[in-house]
Amino acid sequence: MPGKRRPKLAVWKFASCDGCQLSLLDCEDELLDVAGALDIAYFPEATRSVQPGPYDLSLVEGSITTPHDAERIHQIRRDSRQLISIGACATAGGIQALRNFKDVREFTRIVYASPQYIETLRRSTPIAEHVRVDFELRGCPIAKHQLIEVISAFLNGRKPNVPTYSVCQECKRQGVVCVMVAHGTPCLGPVTQAGCGALCPSYHRGCYACFGPKETPNIPALSQWRRERLGASDLEILRSLRTFNAAAAEFERESIRHEHQNHPG
Amino acid sequence: MSTRIIQVDTIARVEGEGALRIQISDGKLEDVKLRIFEPPRFFEAFLRGRDFTEAPDITARICGICPVAYLMGAVHAMEMICGAVIPRPIRDLRRLIYCGEWIESHILHMAMLHAPDFLGYPDAIAMAKDHPDVVKKALRVKKLGNDIMVLLGGREIHPINVRVGGFYKVPTKEQLRRLKPDLQWGLEAAMEMVRFASQLNFQDFEQDYEFVCLRHPDEYPFNEGMMVSNKGIEVPISAYDTVLVEEHVPHSTALHSRIRGRGACHVGPLARYTMNHEKLTPLAKTSAREAGLAEICCNPFKSIIVRGVEVVFAFEEALRLIDEYEPPDRPFIPVTPRAGTGYGCTEAPRGICYHRYTIDDAGAIQDAKIVSPTAVNQSTIEKDLWHFIEPNMDLPDDRLQWECEQAIRNYDPCISCSAHFLKLEVVRQ
Repeated sequence: MPGKRRPKLAVWKFASCDGCQLSLLDCEDELLDVAGALDIAYFPEATRSVQPGPYDLSLVEGSITTPHDAERIHQIRRDSRQLISIGACATAGGIQALRNFKDVREFTRIVYASPQYIETLRRSTPIAEHVRVDFELRGCPIAKHQLIEVISAFLNGRKPNVPTYSVCQECKRQGVVCVMVAHGTPCLGPVTQAGCGALCPSYHRGCYACFGPKETPNIPALSQWRRERLGASDLEILRSLRTFNAAAAEFERESIRHEHQNHPG
Repeated sequence: MSTRIIQVDTIARVEGEGALRIQISDGKLEDVKLRIFEPPRFFEAFLRGRDFTEAPDITARICGICPVAYLMGAVHAMEMICGAVIPRPIRDLRRLIYCGEWIESHILHMAMLHAPDFLGYPDAIAMAKDHPDVVKKALRVKKLGNDIMVLLGGREIHPINVRVGGFYKVPTKEQLRRLKPDLQWGLEAAMEMVRFASQLNFQDFEQDYEFVCLRHPDEYPFNEGMMVSNKGIEVPISAYDTVLVEEHVPHSTALHSRIRGRGACHVGPLARYTMNHEKLTPLAKTSAREAGLAEICCNPFKSIIVRGVEVVFAFEEALRLIDEYEPPDRPFIPVTPRAGTGYGCTEAPRGICYHRYTIDDAGAIQDAKIVSPTAVNQSTIEKDLWHFIEPNMDLPDDRLQWECEQAIRNYDPCISCSAHFLKLEVVRQ
C-alpha cells in the first residue's frame, strides 16, 4: 500500500438477512477504530456515500440466487484485491439453499400470487462456487471477534487465526458439561466448526451447526450414535442437517443419505 | 415534453436492498415506485414439513436486525395451537429480551441511519467527527440493548436461547441485577438522546394515517394485545387476515399489504405511540412532553423522537422487569403438538410482525404465512413520497433525492425482512 493511504473497504450483500454485516455495526467498542483504520468506501447499510473501486478488501454477505447476482459477483471480484465471504449464506448457500433439495417453481407458487414476476435460480449457492474467495468466515451469524480478527489479519498481511476444529473443543476448554453424554440431548457439536464459543451447550441446548461442518467431520458416525443411543429417527437426523448450512458438502451428502432411508425408493 | 427521472439504485442506510424511481413530466409528478429487489428466499415454502419447534430459529433468519420479533411471533403462534399457558416469569423474560431488541434496533436507526440525514452527513462515521459525544454515547446505549440480548439470548444476532414453551436456560436474579447500574445510565442517556432528537429541524409533514398496532389493557405492547387502529379496527390477532390483505405487484418481491376496502396503513413507533400513549412509563411520558410531542404524532420525520421515547420506555420497563423477577421453577414448559392453526403478532421495532401456522398432530408444519412490518408499510411509504415530492419538485435532483431517501428512512425499512421487499430513480420529463 503506497504511503499512508488507508485500505478501502467495501461491504456487499446478496441473498441474506443482513445479520452478518450488522455484526460490524454491532462492534460498538471497535467500530470507530475500524473506521479509522479503513476507508469505508462502499457499505450501503451504513453510508450513502459511494466511492468507486477498486477496493482493497471486500466483505461479501449472502448467497447467489438470481441470474443478475450471478453476474454481479464477477464484477465485485474484479474490483476487489481481497474478497472474504462472511456468514453461512455466503459460505454455504444459507437457509435459502433448502430450495436446492426441492422444486423452486413450486416454492415460488407457494409464496407469490404471480410467480411470473419472480426471477430466481434453481439453487442457492455460496460465493466460492462463482469466484475465487480469499477467505471464508463461517457462522449464522458470524462471530464478532472472528470478524475483527479477520479484518485485523488483513490489515497486517497475515493469515487469520480462525480454528477449524469442532465445537466439542470449545466445550471442553470452557468446562461445559457434554449435553449429549450427560443429558441425551442431540448435539451437532462433534461435527460442527468452532467459533461460537460453545454457545448452545452452555445454555443447556444441543449445537445446531450455525458454523457448518468442521474440518474432516465424521457425520455418519454421529448419526449412528444418535440413532442407537438416542433413538433418533432418519427424519430427525435429516432435519437437523437441513438448516443454515444445508448445502455445505458434508452436510448435504449425509442428509441425502437419510432422505433415501426416510423415503426408500 | 421535459422529463426528469430521479433514480436511486441502492437506497443506503436501510437494511436490505431496494430502489426508488420517480418520474416527473412537464412539472407534474407522474409516478413513484419503491422497488424491492431483495431476492426471494421462500421461507413460507420451506417451513412446510418442518417440526413446529423449528419455526422460531428458522424464521429468525428472515432478519438479522429484529430476530426477536420472529422468535416471538413463532413461539406465540405455536403455543396458541397447542394450548400452552406460559408462566409469568417466562412471559416477563420475553418482554425483557424484546426491550433489548428495541433499544439496539432503535438506537442503530436513530443515531447511525436517521440522524445523519437531519445534520447533512452521509453516515454516522462522518457525523462522529463533528459530534463525537453523540455517536459514542449512542454506541454505548446500543450496546446495552445488545447486553440484554446476549444475557437472555446467548448472542445479539439470532439468539439461541428462545424455544417454544420458554427458554433453554433462564438467568439468575443476580445475573439480571448486575445489569441494573448500566441500565440506569442508559435510561438517563436515552432521555438525553430524546432531547437531542427534539432539537433537529423537522419538515412540516403531518399525514392522515390509519395507524395499526397492538393494544393491551395493562401495558405498552410487545407480544400480546388486540390489533387496533385509529379508524375503528379492534380485532383479535386471529382476525388479521380478515383485516389486512396482501397483493403481489410487479415492481417488488415484497407483497404489498392493504386494509381491506380502505388502502394503506402505517405500522411502527408512530402507530404504537399514538394508540398507546397512556401506557408509556412515567419518564417516557416526561421525555415525550419535554420533546414537544403531542399525544398523537402524524409526522413521520418525527419518528426519530418517538423511537427515542420508546427507548426510554424500554429501559424503564427492563428495570421494572428485573426488579420484579423471580426465576420460574423450570426454564420452559413442555408443549405437546396437536393439529390446528395458530397466530402470533408482536411489535417488532418497525411495527407488527405477523405469523400464522397450521400444524398436524405430529407437529409438522402444513402451512405458514409471515408478514413483516416493512412489507405492510411499503404502500404508505410510496404514498408519503407522492405527498412529499409534489411541494418539493423545484429542488435540484440531488437534493430531492436525498430528501426522498430521508422520507423512506423515516420508516427504518427493513428490506431483508420484506422480500417476500429498495434502488431511487427520479424521471423528469
